[in-house]
Parts: sequence; structure tokens; C-alpha cells
Amino acid sequence: MDLVIATVSQGLLWALLAIGVYLTFRVLDIADLTVEGSFPLGAATAATLIVAGYHPLVAILAACVTGMLAGVVTGILCTKFKIPALLAGILTMIALYSVNLRIMGKANLPLLQQDTIFTIWNLGMDKMMTTLAIGAVIVFVVALLNYWFFGTELGTAVRATGFNPHMIRANGINTDNMIVLGLLLSNGLVAISGALVAQSNGFADVGMGVGTIVIGLASVIIGEVLFGTRSFKNCLISVILGSIVYRAVIAIVLQMGMPPNDLKLFTAILVALALSMPLLQARWNKIRKGGR
Amino acid sequence: MLHIENISKTFNPGTITEKLALHNVSLHLAPGDFVTVIGGNGAGKSTLMNSIAGTYPVDEGRITIDGTDITKWPEHKRAKYIGRVFQDPMMGTAAGMMIEENLAIAARRGKSPTLKWSSSADSRQHFRELLMSLNLGLEDRLESKVGLLSGGQRQALTLLMATMAQPKLLLLDEHTAALDPKTAEKVLSLTDKIVKQQKLTTLMITHNMRDALKYGNRLIMMYEGHILFDIDSEKKKNLGIKDLLAMFEKAAGSELNSDSLLLS
Repeated sequence: MDLVIATVSQGLLWALLAIGVYLTFRVLDIADLTVEGSFPLGAATAATLIVAGYHPLVAILAACVTGMLAGVVTGILCTKFKIPALLAGILTMIALYSVNLRIMGKANLPLLQQDTIFTIWNLGMDKMMTTLAIGAVIVFVVALLNYWFFGTELGTAVRATGFNPHMIRANGINTDNMIVLGLLLSNGLVAISGALVAQSNGFADVGMGVGTIVIGLASVIIGEVLFGTRSFKNCLISVILGSIVYRAVIAIVLQMGMPPNDLKLFTAILVALALSMPLLQARWNKIRKGGR
Repeated sequence: MLHIENISKTFNPGTITEKLALHNVSLHLAPGDFVTVIGGNGAGKSTLMNSIAGTYPVDEGRITIDGTDITKWPEHKRAKYIGRVFQDPMMGTAAGMMIEENLAIAARRGKSPTLKWSSSADSRQHFRELLMSLNLGLEDRLESKVGLLSGGQRQALTLLMATMAQPKLLLLDEHTAALDPKTAEKVLSLTDKIVKQQKLTTLMITHNMRDALKYGNRLIMMYEGHILFDIDSEKKKNLGIKDLLAMFEKAAGSELNSDSLLLS
């Protein structure tokens, strides 16, 4: 039971990362690697502020803002300076490594004995249940805000930019601005996720961003396959559930005795398989039809 | 209405693939003009249209709409005045979004998007009425994704989207070329109906001489980056395809060698 609660709450904290990756990878149709830098950026910002004595909520909001700034940098690189989005993200990610070290002053910042978002309120529950409850509330609020925003005129324009930039330009929308806005929102969410994970783990580490893009993609794809993509609302819920399922899969394979060091390899193979699925399926159907 | 003064456009200047696509083209459209544009491949029809829409900047010349100089305006800013339907049925709509969402975007063409919820009960009713006029049964499918529609349905929807916010100028770039003849016919007559109803100033490229003669009140023939001739509504009424070909040979000094134009 403890393992289940821990898995679900981890899934919830990482779900914000998954929503962030969904916003770039699916909504904007950009593979944005800024994530690998903005996740630890959020963690570093929040941890540093908490150690300096700020309220954890303030720390999380500040983390969100720094993540948004990182997204804007990538956005400007790829729209104003026409650097391919993938490369623009890599540049920001690399730059953030130094920035994160600057913020923390060292590679690892422990949060032991510090008040975190999971300890400041006494909800009359143990630590695990508190994490679960607070994680659920935050994810619910963020999902609701996303659902609202992407239903507004501005949000619809961002979504249309990803589907068809020609169409949205012909309707008078500046696609460059929409891309920057999308990257801003995405990385803001990713940074919040980093801030939450750092507080839950009890430390921020400059290396904690490695592989986050793949974890985000895995959650998005698992969610889409298992829970559908009928509408934007459906996609949001799918991605959140996908993040939880991903954590469950990881927990199960670890229980089955897979060495933790192999986790990233496992995740990468999982995502590669899922991404090649449509093509493999088409080939398979062709072979089956040919056989008849 | 639309004043184009001496615009020129060269693609890939200074390279081996340099191509002079438009050469000193001038064109004036009076309000309500419905001009059909014909010409062979590489005549500059699409370049002319894209230059007006702002897909790329022109090298020289001036473009004004209702006295406003838009020559330096980016594409999205020009959309305030211009409605467009493309040749590719995929290009005019967002396939992954609902019909309703596409219409809501088009209804606000040229206005800055706000944080208001994009659709309301009022707008939905309005969209339903507009879709009803298409006669395609789309009024009951507001929440369907546009990707589920056929090419013809998508072009009809794009046409509706391009005209629902009353553009000053409507640009149609071979918008029926990718459709089967029967569907093309339907979309064209729908086009004619909307243009006449709203008295829209329209520029329509077509590869079909018969359509070029049948629709609109003016016809221009393009050839090698310039306008070869411009036929007004009086002369156009009594013109046949043979006359057009003869005029072309006389003006260009060569035979028209575009299969697509001759065969259709």
C-alpha cells in the first residue's frame, strides 16, 4: 500500500513535467530539450530560496518564473534567430547547467530540516499521504488552468500554431509569439515540477535534469495510448495518468529486480518502441494482408 | 481598392537557381472586382498572390489596400484585410481541432486574441447558421475534428472561414485544383455565390480556362512574370477558349505550351 501511495504521488509531482512536455511535443509540435535544464532550474531556484528562508510557495512561484524565462530564451532563439528548435533547446539546456550551479553555488543542495511545501501544513496525515494530497491539489489546479487557457482565444491560437502555422498566420496571428508563449508555459510547468520533486526528495541536484525529456515523452505516449486523445481535456487527463502509470511501471520493474542504473536505458527503449509503433503497426498490417 | 505598383520578385538571387518570378507587375482592382488569373506553369500567378498575402516580401514596388501601404507588413498583419483559400485543402484549416474552434479563429481574423473563452452559445448558433449555407451537413458536426472532413468539405469550410469576417480582399489560389471535377464545380459555385453576396473584391487563380471565363468580371493572363493582357467584363462575356489562345499567341509571340491549361 505504501508503495502504491508513493508511486502515485511521484507520478503526480512528475505529471507537471509531462504536461509541459505535452505542450511542446504535441501542442506546438516541437521537441524542446530546454526541459532538461528547466527542470533542475526549478529545483535549484526553489531549494536555494527555501534554504534562504523563503516560504515554499514563494519558492515554487519563483521557480515557475525562472522556468518561463528559460522557455522564452529558447523561444527567441528559434523564432527571432531562426535556430532550429531542437538546437535552440540544447543551447538553453547547456547554458542552464552553469546557471543552475551559479544559483545553488554547488552541485547539490540538501533540504534537510527545511520547511517544504509538504511539511508546512499539518493535515493530520503522515508524510506520504500529505505528499499525495498536496500533489493532487497542485496537479488539479494546474490542469484546470491549462484547460481554461487553451480554450481561450489566445490558447486556441497557440494550439492552432502547432497544427498549422500557415492557417493561423492567414488568420492574422503572429506564430512567432505563439511559439514563445507555448515554450514559456511549458517550461514554467517543468520548473514547478522540478521544484516539487526537489522538495519531495529533500535535495536539489544539478544533474537531476538528465533524461527528463524522455520521462516526459514516456508519460505522454503511455497516457495517449492507454487513455485516448479525443479532445484537449482528454489529452490533459491522459498525460497526467500516463505519468502515474510510468511511475508504476518503473516501480514494478525495480521490484522485479532491475538494477536502478538501467532505468534510463529501459525508459529510452520504452519511448523508442512507442514512437516507432505506428510504423511497425503499418508494416505488420501489410505483412498480414500480403499473407492472405 | 487593391493597388499594385511595379512589383518585382526574384527567387534565389545570385545563385544558379535564380528565377525572376515577377517583373514590374502593376494591377489595380476596383471594389467588387472578381478577377480570374490564368497562365502556364511558372507564369508568376502564385508568386503574385503570395506577394499580396505577404508570404514573402517583394524586391521592389508598392502594394496598397484601400490606400494603406502594406508592402512592408508581415503576413499575419495583412490577414486583417485579406482572406485566403489555398490550393492544398490541408493548408487552410487546423486538422486536429474542431470545426467550431477553426471557425472561432477565423471569425476573429486580424484581431488580437484575448483571454476570453473562444466559443459561446451565441457564436455556436452563428456558426451553425453559416455552415447550414454550405449545404454539407456540417452544422451538426461542430465538435468534429476538421481532419475527418473530405478535401471538398475542407475547402468549403476554408472558404467560409476566409469570408466570414468580411475581408477587403479575397485571394483564391487554385483552390479547387486538388478536388475531383464534381466537387470542384460545387466549391466554385459556392465561391461565386459568396463573392456575389458579399460583393467581395476577389483574385482567383485557376488552371481551367473555362472556369476563368465563366466566373468573375475580369480576366488576366500572366506569362513569364508579367501580365500579358487584362480583359474587362464587356469583352469577357463574348470570349471563348479559342479567342483566349489566339490572344495569347499574338501577345506572347509563341504558342501556349501548358498542358494543364489546354487540357482542362
